Order: sequence, then C-alpha cells, then structure tokens
Amino acid sequence: MQCSPGSQSVLDAGGFERLLALLRSDGFVLVGPIARDGAIQLSAITGIEDLPRGVGDEQSPGRYRLRPREDDALFGWAVPSQPWKKQFLPSRLDLVHIRRKGSALEVEPAAAEANPIAIIGARPCEVAAMRVQDGVLRDGPHPDSDYAARREAAFVLAVNCGTPSGTCFCVSMDTGPRAKAGFDLAATELMEPNHRFLIEVGSDAGARVLERVAATPATDGDIAAAADLVAGAAQKMGRALDNKGLTERLLGNLEHPRWDDVAERCVGCGNCTLACPTCFCTNVEDSSNLGGDVATRTRTWDSCFALDFAYIHGGSVRPTLRARYRQWLTHKLATWVEQFGTSGCVGCGRCITWCPVGIDLTVEAGAVGEARG
Amino acid sequence: MPMRIGRAGHDIDGVFTWALEPSAPFAFEPGQFNMLYAHGVGEVPISISGDPNDFSSLHHTIRVVGNVTEALAALEAGDEVGVRGPFGSTWPLAEASGQDVLFVAGGLGLAPLRPAILSVLTRRSEFGQVTIIYGARSPTDILFRAELERWRGRFDVTLEAIVDHSGTDWYGPVGVVTRLVAEAEIEPEYCVAMLCGPEIMMRFTARELEQRGLEPSQIWVSLERSMKCGVGLCGHCQLGGTFVCKDGPVYRYDRVASKLLLRGL
Ligand SMILES: Cc1cc2nc3c(=O)[nH]c(=O)nc-3n(C[C@H](O)[C@H](O)[C@H](O)COP(=O)(O)OP(=O)(O)OC[C@H]3O[C@@H](n4cnc5c(N)ncnc54)[C@H](O)[C@@H]3O)c2cc1C
Ligand code: SF4
Ligand code: SF4
Ligand code: FES
Repeated sequence: MQCSPGSQSVLDAGGFERLLALLRSDGFVLVGPIARDGAIQLSAITGIEDLPRGVGDEQSPGRYRLRPREDDALFGWAVPSQPWKKQFLPSRLDLVHIRRKGSALEVEPAAAEANPIAIIGARPCEVAAMRVQDGVLRDGPHPDSDYAARREAAFVLAVNCGTPSGTCFCVSMDTGPRAKAGFDLAATELMEPNHRFLIEVGSDAGARVLERVAATPATDGDIAAAADLVAGAAQKMGRALDNKGLTERLLGNLEHPRWDDVAERCVGCGNCTLACPTCFCTNVEDSSNLGGDVATRTRTWDSCFALDFAYIHGGSVRPTLRARYRQWLTHKLATWVEQFGTSGCVGCGRCITWCPVGIDLTVEAGAVGEARG
Repeated sequence: MPMRIGRAGHDIDGVFTWALEPSAPFAFEPGQFNMLYAHGVGEVPISISGDPNDFSSLHHTIRVVGNVTEALAALEAGDEVGVRGPFGSTWPLAEASGQDVLFVAGGLGLAPLRPAILSVLTRRSEFGQVTIIYGARSPTDILFRAELERWRGRFDVTLEAIVDHSGTDWYGPVGVVTRLVAEAEIEPEYCVAMLCGPEIMMRFTARELEQRGLEPSQIWVSLERSMKCGVGLCGHCQLGGTFVCKDGPVYRYDRVASKLLLRGL
C-alpha cells in the first residue's frame, strides 16, 4: 500500500515482527524494552519475542515494580527504568587520543562505532525528550558531532501510551500520551478484538519501510479505537504540573523556605539526573597509557548534584544541597525555557519514581512560592 | 589544535605568560578565551591576554592553582599545548566607541582586560577619557607592572593603582579598589565600565558605580565558572538561563546582577 507522512495503516503481530525484521535487514541494531531484574530496561533486541509480553508496571514516588497484565500486550507498561538518551549521548565515550612525541602533540579522533540504531517503542514523552536534547546538543552554534551523527542515523518507532503510571504527567507538559512529531513511525497497540498496531507514518523513511511490510489500510474503527485508548490514558495521568506562571513563580522565589525543606530530604545522589531523559551534563576525563605518551579524553555523564560539578578556584559555586536542588529544578522547569524555548521537563515521571526518598518535582514546584501555612 | 609555545615568561609569584605560535593567523575579540589542554591531565578555560591586532602570536597569562595549571606551568618554550577556541562573548568596544571608558581590574583580572585596553589604546582617538583602575593584593602581586608604568606615563590615559597591603616599594594608595572607583573622575552619562576580577570585587565596584550614577546597562563584567567544553554542551558553566562559556564570559551587568547578588546560583 502507498504510504506517506500522516497516513495510517494496521499491522497484526506478525506484521509488526516483519517490520522489525526489515529494520534489521536494513542494517539497524534494534534497541527496545525488555523485562529484566524486575524492571523494564532497554537492550539490544532481535524481534518481538524479546519484548515484555503481558507485563505492566506500577510507579509511585520512590517505588517501581512490575506486575502481570491480564492481556498479552507488548507495550503495556509506562516508561522504562532508563531513558533512551544513552543511545545518542553514551554514558562513556572516548573523544580523542592525544599522543606526545617529544615536544609535539598529535591528535587522533577516537574511532566511533557506526551501527545505526532503531529505537523500538519510545514513548511520546521520550520522543519529545529527544527533541529537547536536540535543542541543546545539535541545534546550537557548536553541535556535538557525535550526537548529531547518531541521531541522524537512527530510526525512531514510537509507541503511544495506553497505561500511564502513577508518576506520569505528559498531559501537563503537552508531550503525550500520543506522539505528535519526531518519529519515523508511531504505533498504537490495540488488544481488542485482536492484537494489532495502528501505525502512523511520521517521515519519508518511515513510509518507505512500511510500504515494504504489506500493512493494511486502517479502518475508521481502528482509528477510533486508537484515539479512545490515548484519550483514556490522558484521563489516567498519575500527576499534574501546574504550568501557569511557573517560570515567574520559581524564579521569583529563589529564597523561598521550600528550598530549605527539600534540601533536608534530598540526599544528593543524582539519581534524578541519571534517570531524566533530557539531562545532558557531561564531564571529560583524561587517562594515559602506561608509558604516559598517549592520553585518551573520555566524556562521561555528570550531574549537577555532584559537589565538584561547579568547582572553581576558591570552592564550589553551589556548595549546599539547597543550591543544587534549586539549580536542578529551576533549570528543568524555568530557565530551560529562557535558554532553549521549551521546558526541560517532558513529564516522564522518572525522577519521581527513582528518587530514593520519593521527592516529587510536581509537588516541589507547586510548593515553591506558596505562602507558608 | 596543538600550538607551540614560543616564549614562556614569569610575571609574578605563581603567574606566567605564554606567547604561543599559531600555525595559521589566529583572530579573536577582546574578552574571549581558549580551552588550553595539558597532556594527560585536562583542559581549562584561560582568557586571551594579548593584542588582538597581532595574529601571529597568542598570549595567555596563567595562575597556578591546581592540577591542570600546574601541568601547564611545567611546559617550556618549544613544547606544544592543546588549544581550542576562541570562545565566548567580548568586551563591548563597539558600544564604547565615542564614550569614556573605565577599566577596573582586580588581581589577575587585568589579563582578560588587557586585549580590550590594547585595542582602545590602538584606536585611542575613537574614545573619550580612558581610565584604568587596578587593585592588587600587595605591590609584589601587581601584574604587568612595567606596562602599567608605561600606560601611566601617557597623557591620554589615567591610571590609578591600589594595593590591599603595602610593602617597602609602594608609595601609592592602600585599600580596596572600590575606594579609587569612588574617587575616579567620570561623567556617568558618557561612560562604559568594564570590570574584571574576583566576583565580590566586581559586585562592590558595580555598586559603587551605580552610586556614582552609572546605569547597570553601562557596566560589563567577566565571569568565571567551571567549564569543560567551552561551547555550550556540557552544562558545567550554567548560570540562570545562560551558559557562561557561550553567552558569557562577558555580560552586561543588568543581565546578571540579580544572579550574582544571590548565593549559590
Ligand atoms: C572564561 C574564563 C577565563 C579564565 N581566564 C583565566 C586566565 O586568564 N588566567 C588564569 O590563570 N585563569 C583563568 N581562568 C581560571 C582557570 O580556568 C582556572 O584557574 C583553572 O581552570 C584551574 O584549573 P586547575 O586544574 O589548575 O585547578 P583545579 O584542580 O580545577 O582547582 C581549582 C581550585 O579548586 C580547588 N578544587 C578543585 N576541585 C576540588 C574538590 N573536589 N574539592 C576541593 N577543592 C577543589 C583546587 O584546590 C583549586 O583551588 C579563567 C576561567 C574562566 C571560566
Ligand atoms: S524532570 Fe523528571 S519528569 Fe521531567 S523529564 Fe526529567 S525525569 Fe522526566
Ligand atoms: S531529588 Fe532525589 S534523586 Fe534527585 S538527588 Fe535528591 S535524593 Fe537523589
Ligand atoms: S563549558 Fe560546557 S556548557 Fe559551558
């Protein structure tokens, strides 16, 4: 069938498997969700048999667990434990090798692996997060060339949400539960009366692949069922964030007592920044070979919760947890807008779920600026 | 990116200046910095301290404070060092054209201001009164002393220096730099002020200048933050909704004042 951006078709489970096989034969490494160690994790996969069949999740502040579903849905959970960002911004990446020869230095780029990846099953909020990171790492005056190359080569198959968790709030951030842009294909998984996927085409690359899988055109019934599913998901958001006047309220209350209050609970572990799909901060470390003549510069993820993150001569710029939590929250929800024109939060809820002490940014953001009662 | 050190010279205790030899002409604007790399140790932001009209020799003035600056200090003329840049925003020489210019430097803050001072002196007739105020901890901490003496000898430049603690060879004023700012002859309406030094010194100087009638939008400051990438990717230099490496290091004071007045931003 003829496909183009915007067109909708239907694949049954076998068709979905053919789609994954085609992507593989086109040279993509498939990365998708799997159930492992009691969590949905991201991993290299080979086909739909690797996907988490009949598994749902429960998420609340500081708590995550899998639960069995009553059906055989493959995407019947909310967001995986890890964000997708490491596919484009690896947690460790060798940048260059620098060799010293006498008094001279020779720079060789560290070889980058070339395998393009196909993202299988990114949630709408996660697709939105990729676009937020694009704004930081790709679309500025000095793009990160490694990030841009990985992003350019990747294929994105999004899967819309039917079962949000207790920490989801994509509706508040206008990023879900249906993906609007930023994907090659977007699927909505339907279980009744039979297991099938409504597939929406988001790009020419998506259209070309789909044309080769022999999808059937979507009926009005399929389209209505998918719309009902995401509309239902929108009603089931675990949380909400009141965006109205948020930037002004946060930045106008940088000395509010709530910052002291949250600083007493926060342990500064940085889990929230690791789990967040938009957090992009990195460090660069040097290591040398035994002879000391070849040094390798390696980029690693960093976190604004680390005490030495903002060290300059004379001490850290943000010596207290109060200052560091405030930096994190105000950047996500307020100064990001000033800097990049979008919020730095897509409402995935991970920072709430994976905070060991259950700090909830929607609650903190709501409390900053409130009169003390 | 590797560049040969042409000359390395000791300035004052713990501070040295390099003249690097770029293999191709190196253009920069006053206020910009480079990321300098010490092999196997790391990379740090260092302002360019030389003359922007000299494309064949690139100057950096460096204070030894930690791992990377120690490793840089160990290099000698003839050695190569990694250089990435130039990065960052610039001193407002275009805005200052036709106006009086006031430079206020504290300690090593004279180094990032030097390219701006040299530019202004090269194009001296484009500017009104030129005043340079310099504060150092003690007479032996005065950077570029011979050059300061030369500038002071010019009829078209006013130069005042002050030290926190005097020594045997000092006949000038003793105290903090804001004292000289309070006494400087300025016409507030026609003045652009450029400040570089410890953040606390810039805050107090800006406050003094505001009391003298300058608007915060006539005052410019150069800020220091932790930097790993220099180009707006690593997040280390975040300040409010800006990256100091990209939107700074030189800021118009009204755009950062509220951030500097609050601790821990
Ligand atoms: C735009 C810009 C321009 C600059 N221009 C110049 C210039 O022209 N000349 C110049 O000399 N400098 C300049 N600097 C400052 C210079 O970049 C720093 O001095 C340099 O990065 C220090 O690096 P280092 O590795 O030698 O010291 P570091 O090892 O980074 O140490 C810096 C200081 O922090 C302390 N410290 C570091 N980590 C810790 C920790 N975990 N716990 C406790 N203490 C710690 C160290 O003891 C030391 O006092 C500039 C900075 C910026 C941002
Ligand atoms: S701040 Fe929290 S909810 Fe928002 S995108 Fe990051 S992890 Fe998700
Ligand atoms: S908010 Fe929670 S997850 Fe984030 S640093 Fe604090 S304790 Fe860790
Ligand atoms: S130094 Fe990396 S963002 Fe500014």
